[in-house]
Amino acid sequence: MAGIGRLSGLRRLGRDVHEARGVPKWILYSGLGIVAFFVILAIFSAQIAPYGFDQIAANGSPFPKQAPPSGAHLFGTTVQSTDVLSRVIWGSRTAIEVVVVAVALSLTVGVPLGLVSGYVGGKLDRGLVLIMDALFAFPYILLAIVIAFLLSSSIGQGIFTAAAAITVVYVPQYFRVVRNHVISVREEAYVEAARALGASRAVIIRRYVLSNVIQNVPVIATLNAADAILTLAALGFLGYGIQPTQAAEWGYDISRAVDDVGAGIWWTGLFPGLAIVLLVTGFTLIGEGLNDVLNPVIRYRRIRRPQIPPLEPEVSPLPAREREVVRR
Amino acid sequence: MIAREPVLEASGLRVWYGTEGDPVRAVDGVSLALRAGETLGLVGESGCGKSTLGRAIIGLLPDSAATAGSVRLRGRELLELEPSDLLSLRGPELGLIFQEPMTRLDPLVTIEDHFLEALREHEPELDSEEMRRRALEALGGMGIPPTRFRQYPHEFSGGMRQRIMIALALVLNPKVVVADEPTTALDVIVEAQILGILADLRRNFDAALLLITHNLGIVAEACDRVAVMYAGKIAEEGPARQVFSEPAHPYTRELLRSTISLSTTGLHYIPGAPPDLIDPPPACRFHPRCPDAMRVCAERDPVEVRTGEQRVLCWLHGPEDRIPPGGHAPLERREIALAEEA
Amino acid sequence: MSRQGSSLRTYLLTRVALAVPTVLILLTMVFLLMRVAPGNPIQAALGGHVSQKQIAIRSHRAGYDRPILEQYGDYLKGAVTGHLGTTLTDHRTIGNIIVENGSATLELAIAAFAIALAVGIPIGISAGRWRDTPVDIGGRLFGIVIYAAPVFFTGFLAQLLFGTALGWLPTSGRVGPITEFELSKPTHFYLIDSLVTGNWSAFSDVVLHLILPALTLGLLISGVIIRLVRVNMLQTMKGDYVEAARARGIRERRVVIHHAFRNALVPVVTVAGLQFATLLGGAILTEQTFNWPGIGAELVRYLNNRDYIAVQGIVTVFAIAVVVVSVLIDIINAFVDPRVRY
Repeated sequence: MAGIGRLSGLRRLGRDVHEARGVPKWILYSGLGIVAFFVILAIFSAQIAPYGFDQIAANGSPFPKQAPPSGAHLFGTTVQSTDVLSRVIWGSRTAIEVVVVAVALSLTVGVPLGLVSGYVGGKLDRGLVLIMDALFAFPYILLAIVIAFLLSSSIGQGIFTAAAAITVVYVPQYFRVVRNHVISVREEAYVEAARALGASRAVIIRRYVLSNVIQNVPVIATLNAADAILTLAALGFLGYGIQPTQAAEWGYDISRAVDDVGAGIWWTGLFPGLAIVLLVTGFTLIGEGLNDVLNPVIRYRRIRRPQIPPLEPEVSPLPAREREVVRR
Repeated sequence: MIAREPVLEASGLRVWYGTEGDPVRAVDGVSLALRAGETLGLVGESGCGKSTLGRAIIGLLPDSAATAGSVRLRGRELLELEPSDLLSLRGPELGLIFQEPMTRLDPLVTIEDHFLEALREHEPELDSEEMRRRALEALGGMGIPPTRFRQYPHEFSGGMRQRIMIALALVLNPKVVVADEPTTALDVIVEAQILGILADLRRNFDAALLLITHNLGIVAEACDRVAVMYAGKIAEEGPARQVFSEPAHPYTRELLRSTISLSTTGLHYIPGAPPDLIDPPPACRFHPRCPDAMRVCAERDPVEVRTGEQRVLCWLHGPEDRIPPGGHAPLERREIALAEEA
Repeated sequence: MSRQGSSLRTYLLTRVALAVPTVLILLTMVFLLMRVAPGNPIQAALGGHVSQKQIAIRSHRAGYDRPILEQYGDYLKGAVTGHLGTTLTDHRTIGNIIVENGSATLELAIAAFAIALAVGIPIGISAGRWRDTPVDIGGRLFGIVIYAAPVFFTGFLAQLLFGTALGWLPTSGRVGPITEFELSKPTHFYLIDSLVTGNWSAFSDVVLHLILPALTLGLLISGVIIRLVRVNMLQTMKGDYVEAARARGIRERRVVIHHAFRNALVPVVTVAGLQFATLLGGAILTEQTFNWPGIGAELVRYLNNRDYIAVQGIVTVFAIAVVVVSVLIDIINAFVDPRVRY
């Protein structure tokens, strides 16, 4: 499907989404709703959370240690006497921040690489593909751990480190999808026409190829976001992610909670875990919904079996009045 | 030839497909009869509903299709059967040969296993030796050597796969076989072979064959009778030789004229495009394109007229008492816009 | 059969040969990664515990003062021969780590994968067959949510429920201390060892300890399997050969399982094999959660101690394992699908 202009691909996407009906529509909208909820939590953490993420006392009296949910602490408190509910809310901010940085980074690196590699081809393409495939084959948590570990000794831990680790893992995905699409689009008639008219490579890539390829990117981006949260939590669980002094992070909270499973303390781990499940599910639903909406093979429109009316009785004869005979 | 009892009878058959809007009236009032050992050719342009008709007989319509009317196989009403009953009929009573042979065989299953599966399903009392013998016999009739019995579909060419499909359909000795454009996807030489096989069918198997095609040459060669379909209705039907030498319906006549042969000197075509099956033209559906259209053709549905072994759905053949005064006058029409062609 | 045989052999040889460059790239990447951090790895690991002179001696012994290309060559040689060095902090050879801890991880991974298939495939088939019904939506939702739950959270919940609340299953370790002491371990795969030596109490102890971690990890992967199987089922159910089988009156159940599912399985085998990488990653987390003495847990421990040699060795093993598995998957695929041969 041809379309010129940088945003034509996205416009097409918008139209497809708008016309979506049935199951895919609900999937998509539920996902959007969930993610929106967390984004609001993230932006307004300071207003919504009852306490700070590392606050251990209020109004002069310290918080109880590992207290079950109660009126003062709706989700209970942790072994460090922090309020679980507040940490869950502040954790949304951390999660959303990392997701935004990671997705932005992966896009800026992966998409142009895929575009150039797919369009230019040759040795550059072959080399990149080999590297990307090798990266792709690697267990991603392992890669993320190693990268985070290495980066932490140089630039310290924090949001950027976690995001960078996730980026390295996800660039091959974008690269692959974009590159494959570019290759199939490259030989289309309108691209050839542009080339014949003397347009430079950069212009062709930017105006013609990009606008068509960009349709695939949102689906990958949402799945990337989902995985980013899981990777962040995994890093936090192992201790290589965000440090507890810097911000609240759900994975780290669960790692503390696992130690106390034997004592039957469930609230310190359950709520951060549920937050992860919910947010990741939200992103995944958006991705699945988009995929269902855009993918013509799986697309399923609501078609009903028609009712065939019984045959009409014979048409009554014309009135006796003659009509004029018209010559041809 | 003595007229035998029809093996399959369709009357007033209508098949409509659901869409997001109004339904598509693919088959809109068709009556047909198939007799044992007889080949009926069903011709028409693309999109006239002939494929739908074939599938309706076998019962292989998609969920979005609704049927009305009647299809009787030796007296048994097919349209109201339970799916499980229909399933047991498909194979031993009803057979279907598809258009595109390349993708019709499971790539993971050998030819042998395809046959054994069909035989086990419908004739489980046979032992495997007997099943193999039957299968090899059917394949042998198609010219496939027994040494290739255990090979996989991708090792055969298109023509051979179609022959395998035919053998697979015939191994169960169905009484009615519907062949949906069996040679359209094949080259001319292979086509001739397949037609030869189908011609043998009449003699050897005593099955009734409905041969669906858009190629008039095939019909002339291989069919006893021919039915010409237009816009979901049968325009004309009769013995093949008769219909081709003295076509009663203007559409048939125009179709024959547009066929290219070695003696063609100028191209002839029927102006206009095939009609929209969601909202077909009123009264006679061919009237916008018919060179002999009369005024009644645009006002009243034509009535079926029988003459001997032929029947036709056209006002040119009467009945006179149903045509109102002035109805015979030539139909005044706007020039068919070129845009309609697109 | 000889023609098929040689094409299969060619394919296998080619596939194995193609694995070599991939392994090479991965190993190079690992090598470079390990040297990205500034300073000497020995320094990083032992600095502060041991005198500078000792550090210099050990650096020399480990070869860190040699030119980088020599180190690269040595590393590659070591990877091929299996001598990846000795850890800095506790003087174990990498080989020893692979045998003792690698077997624990492998046992966990295989059990988890089996569970993932046992859960994922039936749900995926049902979801594909009864599309857009509650079965389908439920199955898909289950798949999505289970993937969204980090394996350590699922583990946490499992421990809470089955360990603390119900007290049915142990939540930590691979076996109890008594079994650990008593069981002779020829293969280091405790399930096999306990069966082979007829030690029933050990066997039940091993199984009990294996259930929760394998279930946790397996359910995670099952989410991916469900999605895969479902999508491929939807595709194959529309296939032409599926329709052709229905036209022969083959029972729906057989059509779904024997034709649609088996064909759907072909790409699933490939992608499921790729999940092995995810499995290894998930194993690291699962081992942390359940104190499972696998290679993942060791990796984390050595990372915390900044034992670069250990980390390098373990990561190398992971990389090679992933490539080996992907080659195995392609080989299995070649056996399953007769079309895939050069």
